Amino acid sequence: MIEVGAELEEHVFWIDRDLLKKYADASGDQNPIHQDEEFAISVGLPNVIAHGMLTMALVGKYISDWAGGPANVKEFSARFVKPVIVPANGKVDLTVSALVTEAVDKNVRLNITATSAGVKVLAIAKALVVVK
Amino acid sequence: MLHPDSVGRTFLGANPVTVTQEDISAFALAIGEEDVSVAPPTFSICISLAQSQAILSAPEVGLDWTRLVHGDQRFELRRPIVAGDVLNCDSTIESYKVIAGNEILTVRSDLASKGKLVASSWSTLVVRA
Repeated sequence: MIEVGAELEEHVFWIDRDLLKKYADASGDQNPIHQDEEFAISVGLPNVIAHGMLTMALVGKYISDWAGGPANVKEFSARFVKPVIVPANGKVDLTVSALVTEAVDKNVRLNITATSAGVKVLAIAKALVVVK
Repeated sequence: MLHPDSVGRTFLGANPVTVTQEDISAFALAIGEEDVSVAPPTFSICISLAQSQAILSAPEVGLDWTRLVHGDQRFELRRPIVAGDVLNCDSTIESYKVIAGNEILTVRSDLASKGKLVASSWSTLVVRA
């Protein structure tokens, strides 16, 4: 029985430049702000940033895992409020947690929190999943 | 700036996209998803964003894609996308406003297979002044 107010276990994803390249190739989004440091800085960004949709895809993985598989995610939304800044060497965290806000039969609504380097990167991040 | 006639307009997808197992597996692998029997929940963005770019950058619509930032994103999934799906993507510019020189628009994309809706998504896009 899933109860309103239940907290999902926090999970940390690690994002590095290699992952940005993999996601760019898999998604077709080859915008240079996600791969080319000089270009990113030239358009006013602090450094190379992760695709907002990569952040969202990783959060999607988090909720899919909890819900028992990617087929069980029915609705998913988020606002991109701050970029995930990815250093040339090493990696940066994407730390995800969630709270059950509604549970009716098998339909469960989640409010999701996602931070990177201590900064909240998504706002009003929500999902509706069906837990079999 | 966006041509005002474009707001509220629906652009019918001209070229259906066939989803392959390789497409799904590459996307899943990138995010560490081992279940590749269906596409991950955000997979449809690969199709909808490419089509939005093609539509919105067309000279008669006039959006400057190079100064574009993704503001927010929403998905409603009727069923998971699977390999072999032939998806047609219709895109509608649902709203448009200019705030302090920034153009803010919401594009809705409806992905359908054989006339049946599979997924809808809404992307709020911001063109920085």
